[in-house]
Amino acid sequence: MSSLIALLLIGGGLAWLSERLNAEMPARVSLGILIVASGLMWQLSTAALATGPDTSGWLAFEAYEWIPRFGIHFVLAMDGMSLLLVALTLLLGIVAVIASWTEITSRPGFFQANLLWTLAGTVGVFLAMDLFLFFLFWEVMLVPMYLLIAIWGHEARAPAATKFFIFTQSSGLLMLLAILTAALSYAEQTGEWSFAYMDWLQNPLTGSAANWVFAGFLLAFLVKLPAFPVHSWLPDAHTQAPTAGSVILAGVLLKTGAYGLLRFGVALFPETAQDHASILLILGVVGVLYGAVLAYGQTDFKRLVAYSSISHMGFILLGVFAWNGLAWSGAVMQMVAHGLSTAALFMIAGALQERLHTRALSEMGGLWQAMPRMGAMAMFFVIASVGMPGLGNFIAEFLVLAGLWQSAPILCAMAALGLITGAIYSLWMLQQAFHGPLNERHATLSDFGTRDMVALGLLAAGLLGLGLYPQPALDLFAPALDGLAQQAGGW
Amino acid sequence: METLLTAVPLLPLASAALLLLYGRNLPKPLVTGLGVGSVGLAALAVLSLVMQWQEAAGPVTVVLWQWLSVGSFSVDLALRLDQLSLIWLCTITGIGFLIHLYSSEYMDSDDNYSRYFAYLNLFVASMLLLVLGDSLLLLFLGWEGVGLCSYLLIGFWYRDAANGAAARKAFIVTRAGDAAMALGLFLLVAQFNTLNIQDIVEAASVAWSAGDTLPTLACGLIFAGAVGKSAQLPLQTWLPDAMAGPTPVSALIHAATMVTAGIYLVARLSGLFLLAPDVLLVIAVIGVATALMAACAALAQHDIKRILAYSTISQLGYMFLALGIQAWDAGVFHMMTHAFFKALLFLAAGAVIECLHHEQDIRNMGGLRNRLPVPFWSVLIGSAALAALPLTAGFASKDLILLRVWEVDGMGAWLWTVAAIAALITALYSFKLVFVVFFGDIQTEPSHQPGWRMSVPLALLCALSILGGWIVLPLSEVLPLQAEDPAHGAIAIVSAAIPIVGVALAYLIFQTRQLDVSAVTESGGGRWTAQYWLEGWGMDRLYDAVLVQPYARLAQWWRGEPMDRVVAVVTGAAEFIHHQLSTTQSGRLGRYVAVLSAGLILLLTLMLLRAFA
Repeated sequence: MSSLIALLLIGGGLAWLSERLNAEMPARVSLGILIVASGLMWQLSTAALATGPDTSGWLAFEAYEWIPRFGIHFVLAMDGMSLLLVALTLLLGIVAVIASWTEITSRPGFFQANLLWTLAGTVGVFLAMDLFLFFLFWEVMLVPMYLLIAIWGHEARAPAATKFFIFTQSSGLLMLLAILTAALSYAEQTGEWSFAYMDWLQNPLTGSAANWVFAGFLLAFLVKLPAFPVHSWLPDAHTQAPTAGSVILAGVLLKTGAYGLLRFGVALFPETAQDHASILLILGVVGVLYGAVLAYGQTDFKRLVAYSSISHMGFILLGVFAWNGLAWSGAVMQMVAHGLSTAALFMIAGALQERLHTRALSEMGGLWQAMPRMGAMAMFFVIASVGMPGLGNFIAEFLVLAGLWQSAPILCAMAALGLITGAIYSLWMLQQAFHGPLNERHATLSDFGTRDMVALGLLAAGLLGLGLYPQPALDLFAPALDGLAQQAGGW
Repeated sequence: METLLTAVPLLPLASAALLLLYGRNLPKPLVTGLGVGSVGLAALAVLSLVMQWQEAAGPVTVVLWQWLSVGSFSVDLALRLDQLSLIWLCTITGIGFLIHLYSSEYMDSDDNYSRYFAYLNLFVASMLLLVLGDSLLLLFLGWEGVGLCSYLLIGFWYRDAANGAAARKAFIVTRAGDAAMALGLFLLVAQFNTLNIQDIVEAASVAWSAGDTLPTLACGLIFAGAVGKSAQLPLQTWLPDAMAGPTPVSALIHAATMVTAGIYLVARLSGLFLLAPDVLLVIAVIGVATALMAACAALAQHDIKRILAYSTISQLGYMFLALGIQAWDAGVFHMMTHAFFKALLFLAAGAVIECLHHEQDIRNMGGLRNRLPVPFWSVLIGSAALAALPLTAGFASKDLILLRVWEVDGMGAWLWTVAAIAALITALYSFKLVFVVFFGDIQTEPSHQPGWRMSVPLALLCALSILGGWIVLPLSEVLPLQAEDPAHGAIAIVSAAIPIVGVALAYLIFQTRQLDVSAVTESGGGRWTAQYWLEGWGMDRLYDAVLVQPYARLAQWWRGEPMDRVVAVVTGAAEFIHHQLSTTQSGRLGRYVAVLSAGLILLLTLMLLRAFA
């Protein structure tokens, strides 16, 4: 696992250097690195799955001394949930590279470097089981992404990047504060320093300190997710980011918030989290509906998709705090399914901007006629994100809501309104962009080529697989959620 | 038998997938072969299932794979065939095949021929999965699938934005019902930890007793789904607009797929609905109210397809009325005969429209009896069945419903009266259609005659619309039927006479014009009522004012992200402090020294105070 992260970090440097050869080299190097990384991940996971989990439930485990004075270790561990999310990260990394192939013309080397580094940070976040290391990766993920938006973004990139940075950074610092407080009280309790996740699980924090520490973690994760009312960085960041940045941002970076909620929020502070579950559920419902209403109001293709993400992330928040196995499975499923479907929609948004030089829906219309392949793909992923049965997003939302009904039927009924509002904005977007009369100016646009179709085809196949035969994925992360249930007393 | 059963939904599904992926590169005859052939083969497979049914000991179940399993909750992806599903299979594939065949001529010159057949196949496949689903989850997959396909096909001619609006309306309105239905499913999962239909009905009849809150809630929520899909009050508004699609699609939506899904759902869960007598009463009342309102609306329409659309809503109302009074078999029977004559009427209307250069307004039609003989006889037979004239299939089923309604204790006479008035109006508007379009003076000359691929399906459907009434449905094992004879005597004669009276009235008003109704229709109230009915009782305007506009305005109002204003307060405060503090950096030495001394004095004072305290 450490070699996987190292490969991505070093690969970033290589991609940067390769810029000197020619302008297309960095993308090729980057793609190569990601394919090698995927191969490595494949080998790692098949080997791990063949031997099965160790006694504490990890499929793979690595630990090195780092700063022994404070009990800080370099601990990487993988269970089924991490495995799935790392795999998603690598897959969407490949998609992002393909999306940037023709889009990025200035300083492609540094671009690919930042892309790989942010992926390295994300993989690290999903694997780190030492809270200090976790925070380090959290930052590694953030800074390159900031640069991606700030350097290669669209017309209003500077304020968007700053907003993104300040939101995530300030909440991240609160999380650091929470981590340090928790480590201090751990030291007081046991007489020795440790930042290890497993140690903290053994000695849960209690009392009012737990409240504050939980709040610190929670805020960082809610901002990342993002949840209402700390979401407002996302529409700007998404709209301004280059396509690859949006794909990674929506596809995996948001999922680190969801992952953090489950892995740290729920598991480390089961009682505190459960005490505040109802308010968080309400935030979830508000997020689902608020995101949907705002999505409907947008006139910018990308911004609309960005708000749809807020709505869909609301379902994850609901799933996490509905506090039972069904809903948790749904939340994890939603992480993967939304990752695939939104990445595809952002890729389409990027392709439209590249061809039309605008994101304004009013400038589009009838594009199906000019670009039937792109239209069909847009149709597929819109339908997926509407929650059509047979595709992964449905399984996710079904499980979340079925679980939510058992803990809060009224809120479940309100969240189910999201199924209607989701259809309203999604179909409206499709109508404005691809249906209706074709603007003559756009009659000669070039349709998706093979490279784009392969990337989108992979994502589509993934969604179909998750929708029709989700069991392998469910089985993969079931032990992780079982463990969570034991820790947190759910099920 | 298992293989055959699996093949039934798989054939159109596979064809749809092929056409979607490669359709644009395939030669046209091959597209036709795939599109029409796959449904034809599915129909043959169903036929063979019917033949083998006698040998089968009972329902046949095929478990394809385990769909999902979380904790103790698991759902299989499994097909289950019993008599009820079999009736639907016959209707879907039989009528569906005829519509596909007809389409191959009707859509012949369309640029998107393969996309059309891909969607059409997918529509049939979804409906087949809906009626074959062993679990409510697979049923829901088919349920959403038909919703999606209706969206795709209503908006098939996507270049016209109005078609897109109609398509979105169909999807979103039915989705409102679906969301409620999903909640019903969640309730059942919470109670019984399963979605298998048989298990649920079994467990519910043990755990719940009739009239409990939970079964009422569950059935109410599930029925809301049926209200949406089957276009009943108050979610019926999408169906008249669904005319935007190609006419064979309307035939498919109205006869073989989609709108009958709600009937299937309630009949399939009859065991559950028996535990919710209040909901059954609501179903009957909604059904009969819809039957009457839609019949009135149909009378006021000028567009031939809208007349038929409202007639479907009205006829579905009769079916729900039957289900609500527990005349399950009558409801299912009417579903089947309605499929025959409504498919016939739509396809015949399509032929008329196509031969008249896409003219749909009946006021611009007339005297087509001799010009278009095949459509004429088709519409005549179809209208006779729709009006439920004796000796037609429509009579057999609708008369059964009326007589069963009369027998119901308490409400029976009331429900019967409303249903009978609706029946009278039905006969009136269906023969208004016949007289206005086919008799009188010629208005528009037809350009050509329909070819064999359109005529053969019409002829077959004519035969079914007459003979279909003699089909005996084997429903005693799958529905909780009470063996009772329908009412007879005077009421039977009255019921049978109603449509005849209606046809006679239509003859006097619209053909010979001996009965002058202009005093009523031209009066202020009459005009207002006609306009009101033309607009479908103003429900669209109501929803627009109450739901659509406020939602759009809310989205407009919030568009700029209200939360950014909260953020702006924070950034504003930071900037204010920044400005205040930056003024201290004035560069004047005297000021610095003064502040420094003041600070020192303050610090010393504090230290001294601490030292002495």
